[in-house]
Amino acid sequence: MQNDIVLSMKKICKTFPGVRALHDVDFTLRKGEIHAVMGENGAGKSTLIKVLTGVYQKDSGTINIEGADGEITIRSPQEAQKYGISTVYQEIMLCPNLTVAENIYIGRYKDPIIQWRKTYKESGKILESLGIPANPKQQLGSCSLAVQQMVAIARAVDMDCKVLILDEPTSSLDEKEVKMIFTLMRNLRSRGVGILFVTHFLEQVYEVCDRITVLRNGELVGEYEIESLPKVKLVEKMIGKTLDDLSLIHKKEEAYKEDTAPAYEAVGLSSNVCTNSFDFKIYKGEINGFTGLLGSGRSECVRAIFGADKVSGGEVRIGGKKTRINKPIEAMNKGIGYLPEDRKQDGIIEDLSVRENIILALQVMKGFFKPFTRSEAEAYANEFIKSLGIKTPSADTPIKSLSGGNQQKVILARWLLTHPQYLILDEPTRGIDIGTKVEIQKLVLKLAEEGVSVTFISSEIEEMLRTCSRLIVMRDRSIVGELRGDEITQDKVMSTIAKGSERDEE
Amino acid sequence: MKKLIILALSFVLVCSLFLSATAFATADEIVVGIVNNPPSESGYRDANVKDFERVFSAENKYSAKTFYSIKNDEQLNAAQQFITDGVDYLLISAAETTGWDSVLKNAQEAGVKVFLFDRMIDIDESMFEAAVVSDMAKEGQLAVEWLLAQNLDTYKIIHIQGAMLSDAQIGRSGAVNEQVAAGKFELVVQQTATWDEAKAKEIVESVINSKQEFNVIYAENDGMARGAVAALDEAGITHGKNGDVVIMGFDCNTWALEEVLAGNWNYDGQCSPFQADVISEMIQSLEKGETLPTKIVISEERGFDAATITREDIDKYGL
Amino acid sequence: MKNDIRQSGRSRNDFTQLLIPIIAIVSLFVFNMLRDPSFFSIALTVNNEGNYVLAGNLISILNSASELAILAMGMTLVTSSSGGQDISVGATAAIAGSVFVSALRNGNITPPVVLLGFLACCAVSILVGAFNGVLVAVFKIQPMIATLILFTSGRSIAYWINGGATPTVSSPIIKAIGGFIPGVPVPTPVFIVIICCLAFFLLFKWTNLGFYTQVVGINQRAAHLNGINSTWIKILTFMILGICVAIAGCIRVSRLGLINHETILAEIEMDAILAVAIGGNALSGGKFKMSGSLIGAYAIQALTTTLYAMKVSSMEIKAYKAVVIILMVFIGSPVVKDTTNRLLRKLTTKKIPAIIERS
Repeated sequence: MQNDIVLSMKKICKTFPGVRALHDVDFTLRKGEIHAVMGENGAGKSTLIKVLTGVYQKDSGTINIEGADGEITIRSPQEAQKYGISTVYQEIMLCPNLTVAENIYIGRYKDPIIQWRKTYKESGKILESLGIPANPKQQLGSCSLAVQQMVAIARAVDMDCKVLILDEPTSSLDEKEVKMIFTLMRNLRSRGVGILFVTHFLEQVYEVCDRITVLRNGELVGEYEIESLPKVKLVEKMIGKTLDDLSLIHKKEEAYKEDTAPAYEAVGLSSNVCTNSFDFKIYKGEINGFTGLLGSGRSECVRAIFGADKVSGGEVRIGGKKTRINKPIEAMNKGIGYLPEDRKQDGIIEDLSVRENIILALQVMKGFFKPFTRSEAEAYANEFIKSLGIKTPSADTPIKSLSGGNQQKVILARWLLTHPQYLILDEPTRGIDIGTKVEIQKLVLKLAEEGVSVTFISSEIEEMLRTCSRLIVMRDRSIVGELRGDEITQDKVMSTIAKGSERDEE
Repeated sequence: MKKLIILALSFVLVCSLFLSATAFATADEIVVGIVNNPPSESGYRDANVKDFERVFSAENKYSAKTFYSIKNDEQLNAAQQFITDGVDYLLISAAETTGWDSVLKNAQEAGVKVFLFDRMIDIDESMFEAAVVSDMAKEGQLAVEWLLAQNLDTYKIIHIQGAMLSDAQIGRSGAVNEQVAAGKFELVVQQTATWDEAKAKEIVESVINSKQEFNVIYAENDGMARGAVAALDEAGITHGKNGDVVIMGFDCNTWALEEVLAGNWNYDGQCSPFQADVISEMIQSLEKGETLPTKIVISEERGFDAATITREDIDKYGL
Repeated sequence: MKNDIRQSGRSRNDFTQLLIPIIAIVSLFVFNMLRDPSFFSIALTVNNEGNYVLAGNLISILNSASELAILAMGMTLVTSSSGGQDISVGATAAIAGSVFVSALRNGNITPPVVLLGFLACCAVSILVGAFNGVLVAVFKIQPMIATLILFTSGRSIAYWINGGATPTVSSPIIKAIGGFIPGVPVPTPVFIVIICCLAFFLLFKWTNLGFYTQVVGINQRAAHLNGINSTWIKILTFMILGICVAIAGCIRVSRLGLINHETILAEIEMDAILAVAIGGNALSGGKFKMSGSLIGAYAIQALTTTLYAMKVSSMEIKAYKAVVIILMVFIGSPVVKDTTNRLLRKLTTKKIPAIIERS
């Protein structure tokens, strides 16, 4: 074994009933490196991490860690901790109502009496040395998400950690915040901590990582130096086919006609959370998008269109006819579908089956007294499981046991089943693997060709550039610009956001 | 805000003054403060409250202030308030036997004469004029004496108890337990149904299902006796005056006395809730300047036998 | 073959949820079998009205559990939709029973009068249910707190309706409802439970009540975004529980032809909630299985009847019940459930090859 290797896993296997989650997977982590584990959803990343942190027991294989003689078995997260393996998850698992210092030290006091002064002083030191802009006495909940995430990392690092696992720590942060996390990661790397980094953002991988291990279908594809693996190759390795598919995605320029009445039009629309009233329209077969930074009001706007929040004013026309949409059911009955931003909180009914999740919206539209028969529901579900390629053991499987991407496909199926005239997709590709992302983008274009109007929201501007023929740019909860055709480039979007106030010149 | 509160408080004060003024409007009325348990407590209490309302009415030249609670501290407050209001007599059926010392002392100092009814208080006899109390143990004794007088060949008893450790349960169970200890009675089962009619039925059903013999059902209230009888009816076992099983109940609800009259039940005992007349008589004699002969008056307990009950008994004593 | 696996997967899921109540009932039966085999004897006897009726502990269990079973079904729905429990069912039953009795005491007791009385009592309990439902769904008060209002005041209201007495009614019709219909040897409440089960079955088949209730209970925000009016669904479940309460109250009143506001269905709310829990339903709401609650209700009654048959001393009976309940809840706890699931899986995965060989 090389000297600088801190962790090595060899021939790890793990099987769940009916699923081979990991098969002969090797993983090696060196001192002072940031090592990305990449793969589509269901490739085995989470299982690998869970084996490493003692949540699951491996079926076979060996794990060696620096500082422990010979092979080790990790039976619980506490044991993992003992061996110096710490984990920071996507969702922050700290107590927002305690102070920063308390959060760093919680559950770790060895003395029966807590020495507050010492606690504050030491946590102050840790924060300072890691360059985390937080006061130890500050309540954690009052910090930004990024700082909270950094505190979580600080807590993990302070527990004598050799191996730090970061499981999608950046997925709910904006670009500036991500930069802060990266600085912290580099800082830790220079101290010799081995970091295992899991993310869906390819750009982030290329920004901070030294090495990449790619998994596919529970098997090891390979370990690569970052320089030797261009982005396109990485994606190919992850999805297991060449990337010609991606280039196939081409939006049709202005495939819709603007001389007819818009499929949907709103004037002066506002809701109790979207207080700045806005105008908006979309034509048949058009794909447009709302773009802007997180919190710029994109979701609030589309929620107002769907009637998800209390609509407080404005006029709505569908196909030129004046109408009202105050409740989701009214929007649904007028042919509008809405895939919400927060899949877990707003989308899935986690304990119910895939079948029930798929038929939900159509069932509600059909009416309380007209339930689908079991066979009807099953037929609908199987149709979409097949056409969208939803990976599920059966239509009866609870949706919560599916991977994120497949859950998203189920929600998508739910709305496609209602055959909407106008479909709103709010961050449909967040937190899902690249293969599914491409599939969803293709689907959106196909829908538009069939005459469905689509509003597409994504934090990844690239995705928007590829699909949308009109981009509505938002800043600080109001629309600051509209780009179309050739104007739609990353630079133009950025500059529009930046000089939002000069919109009047246009 | 503060001003508002003061304003409201003074308004309440004025109102209460006004109300108490009206209470003393006619001079020849005797003002009594009655502290009792709420009528919803039981059928017994309901009859008790109604009895006091009937006797201490305006027609009988009384002005009555009443307060009902099962909480001792609330009762104490109310009693103190009545003393402050200047009632002539204070009639108390206490929720608990302790804690009354200072209030009764205040009453004595204020010249308010105190009567206790239904329940005793742990206090020196000099603190009250008289106490008219129920004797639950005597009530049970009476019933058991009646049962022994029936001269049955055997006494195989299903004993359905009330809520354990309630006064009525202790009183009504005591006499039975004595006879069991003496070997005169044989208990087939002794089980609490917590005054619940349906539970009583289940208990008897269970005995019937296990095919044990019994010839007496001693239920500690009418409702439970009714439940027991329902179980017998379903199993085709005869009961009452000419039946196989002797049915005994307590409380003397009107409907229960009807059952006794019809011969479906054999006996119904009563712990008399009617204490108002006795107290009223005592108050009248005190008003005339006479002294009371006794401090403790045990209110009369009754039992009705299917063989001797009359329609008049039902009209007079039925709750 | 593939289809077969899916089928077996579904039934295994169902089975593990129903496992606990079934284990509870079976172990009680086995215990009684060892203790006294005659516990199960059923006899055909003639009652005092000259009709043939069935009698025995099993009949007693089936009969006495009726009110609990009906309430447990309603409670399951409320639990699912609101993630909380209605603790006012006993007190509401007292109100409902009082309304029923006062309606009957106003004249001759004929079938239409009984029906009218029942409808009046349904109306009142639906109203009470709606009141609770509005507090929970509109004012977002914790169900236990919201229903605490009627839990504390309900029996006083019943007292007020009764005018402070324990009024009685006697009529062959009432006897037939609470006891036996002449010529039918099975107690009528058993049939009423069957009718209720059937009603729920059809309700779930003909409407989306079950589906919507679960969606609302699992994820209210998603329910809203999919056009479900969760406020209304919650109120509806409370109103349906109201109907269950009315039925249970009427059965209990009819059993003895008497309403005692203090004792009628006293403490039944705890048993009903327990039945829901034993049935493997999460008390925090969401997915539910009504058959589980139903079996749970009969398990609780079987326990009570067993304790009565054993003549457990009156003071100890609650303690024994508590021990058994702790045991049941322990068996039903997620930790133990997971372990048994894992064991089951191991067993079934071993068995699969054998099945293939045979076929």
